[in-house]
Amino acid sequence: MNTLTYFQEQFNQLQRTDAADGLIAIRKTASDAFNKLGIPTTRNEEWKYTRIGGLFNKEYQFDINPAITSKELDDFRLPAHAQANEIVFVNGLFSSTLSTIRSSDLIVLNLEDAAKNEYRDIVTKNLGHSVHYANDGINALNTAFAHGGVFVQVKKGKSLANPIYIYHVSNARSGNSFSQPRGLIHVDENAGVQIVETFVTLGEQESFTNQILEIVVQKDARVEYYKIQNDKSTASQVSTTHIRQVEKSFTHSVVISLDGNIIRNNLNVVFDADHCESHLYGLYCLQNNTHVDNHTVVDNAKPSCFSNELYKGVVGDNATGIFNGKIFVRKDAQKTNAYQSNKNILISETASVNAKPQLEIFADDVKCSHGCTVGSLDEEAQFYLVSRGLSKQSARALLLQAFAMDILENIKPEPIRKYVEQLISERLEIDVL
Amino acid sequence: MLKIENLHAGIEGKKILKGINLEIKAGEVHVIMGPNGSGKSTLASVLAGRENYEVTEGSVEYMGKELLDMSPEDRAREGVFLAFQYPVEIPGLSTTNFMKTAVNEIRKYHGQEPLDAVAFLRMMKEKMALVNIDQSLLSRPLNEGFSGGEKKRNEIFQMAMLQPKLAIMDETDSGLDIDAIRIVSDSVNKLHNKDNAVLLVTHYQRLLDYIIPDFVHVMYNGRIVKSGPKELALELEEKGYDFIKNEIDVAEEA
Repeated sequence: MNTLTYFQEQFNQLQRTDAADGLIAIRKTASDAFNKLGIPTTRNEEWKYTRIGGLFNKEYQFDINPAITSKELDDFRLPAHAQANEIVFVNGLFSSTLSTIRSSDLIVLNLEDAAKNEYRDIVTKNLGHSVHYANDGINALNTAFAHGGVFVQVKKGKSLANPIYIYHVSNARSGNSFSQPRGLIHVDENAGVQIVETFVTLGEQESFTNQILEIVVQKDARVEYYKIQNDKSTASQVSTTHIRQVEKSFTHSVVISLDGNIIRNNLNVVFDADHCESHLYGLYCLQNNTHVDNHTVVDNAKPSCFSNELYKGVVGDNATGIFNGKIFVRKDAQKTNAYQSNKNILISETASVNAKPQLEIFADDVKCSHGCTVGSLDEEAQFYLVSRGLSKQSARALLLQAFAMDILENIKPEPIRKYVEQLISERLEIDVL
Repeated sequence: MLKIENLHAGIEGKKILKGINLEIKAGEVHVIMGPNGSGKSTLASVLAGRENYEVTEGSVEYMGKELLDMSPEDRAREGVFLAFQYPVEIPGLSTTNFMKTAVNEIRKYHGQEPLDAVAFLRMMKEKMALVNIDQSLLSRPLNEGFSGGEKKRNEIFQMAMLQPKLAIMDETDSGLDIDAIRIVSDSVNKLHNKDNAVLLVTHYQRLLDYIIPDFVHVMYNGRIVKSGPKELALELEEKGYDFIKNEIDVAEEA
């Protein structure tokens, strides 16, 4: 059966399941949009360098028995998980039994339930806001299947002592897995939270995850968001993180991409109030045939906001790194400060990088800058290190690690930073002396 | 320790060194002086193994081995050290981390166990005191935002850590004020002993107020055209390089 026909059948079935489901209308609208827009092709400017059509030519099963045990999770839990609040998705569905919420300052609910109860207004108002920044079929497809998602509320005035870890597990043991996790995190006034998201594929078959996480940030709230992508070469994903700062607030994000097949990250930061601040960091350190496409948007809809963005890439073998960074400064957004930088090092002849900064500025009293470099390792620096007795391999590794340092040091939770540093060291084959 | 015979080298087809002969014994301090473009820095680079230079003729015997056959890392591991004229800035890498890797790779080459954190720190502290450098400088990214003096002191600190047999110092005095020259020279004097040798490359005589050489060589147009005791440097300072140039040019025309 054609994958799209299969999707349609699954959709119809989903819509029939529960007539009281609060998400029926939003799913219907999205499904219509998907049928109109289809899977994005490279003719779409936003998908020029990333071809995902092929991923839809495979056969997927939605009803693969997704059960995994808590013990199986142990193999890939993040460090310091014993203190963390863990939210687990299996094949795109939130699993309350595998999840552990330790903080009483958190409310974690099934998204459909939240859409029906006291959080209904928050859900209705905020779920799906990302569609304004990705008017394509892939975003619509996730929303068309928005079920089994998660709703998280960080309570007003509460700063979480320990982070939220979100695991997306794809069980591809008995067939190709297709997952569409959906999340909405509402960080209430003067609250603070650290969120770490990671992806794991089990089994030898292929996985495709089409994920949307929307984060709403209220007045004086502080959000740190970390995404770590270190999955198998059989794992592909379109991962959308939509951060909307609806009042004066602070956000900080670091996206680390190491392994996978085709990875498309959409990170949107929307300043819907004045005096918002956001720092966006990214590191893609790629080998083999991994393809990573980072699309970021910083939308200055209101005046006097500050954003600083730094994405770095180390791309080797036949890997491809793409950076597309958009900054919008709307007409009213005077006194905007927006900075963007993208730096890349190619470490093989067959690696490639496409970098595209885009500034669209409609206000006149703003400070904006962007810069982009693609190069190879500095030979003079290599010689400097080698002239002190380092092997060429060590010199190269130390220089690449040094290059990555100003991204890594922005991972604030120490156990996570150490964990990522270790992954990078292994990737660069550094002997930890 | 080092015996350079008829060394010819160049870069991108351009001949720069045109038959250098020089012998340095353990315990000696040699100075190579000469006008800009005479090939002094090229000689330093060729000895350290900078790869874009091409040696076309001649040999360099170092501790009984052919230096030119060795990779730059092996030269360093065998005790050749080049203090850079322009030390490279490397954001994201601290001197401490860099030196730890260097010291342990050199130890590994000699079949020794790596130093553990405690032993390494002890060594760092000792050398820091010796060359009078502050810990805070060493924790910062390598040379990034360092003043000229700080960069050169960092070079000397690295030299103290690696304890080379042959230290080649390329224009170490350039860009330094008198105080910085004094500090750097003091450290070089402390590190110098009867078992190692120093080859200073400099344009100016002023460094020699603090480091007393055993031999002074004047380089001009890719060759050593005059060698002598330390007084030769004073003569150069007094008369300038023109008197050498004239002497040579006249001799060549004749």
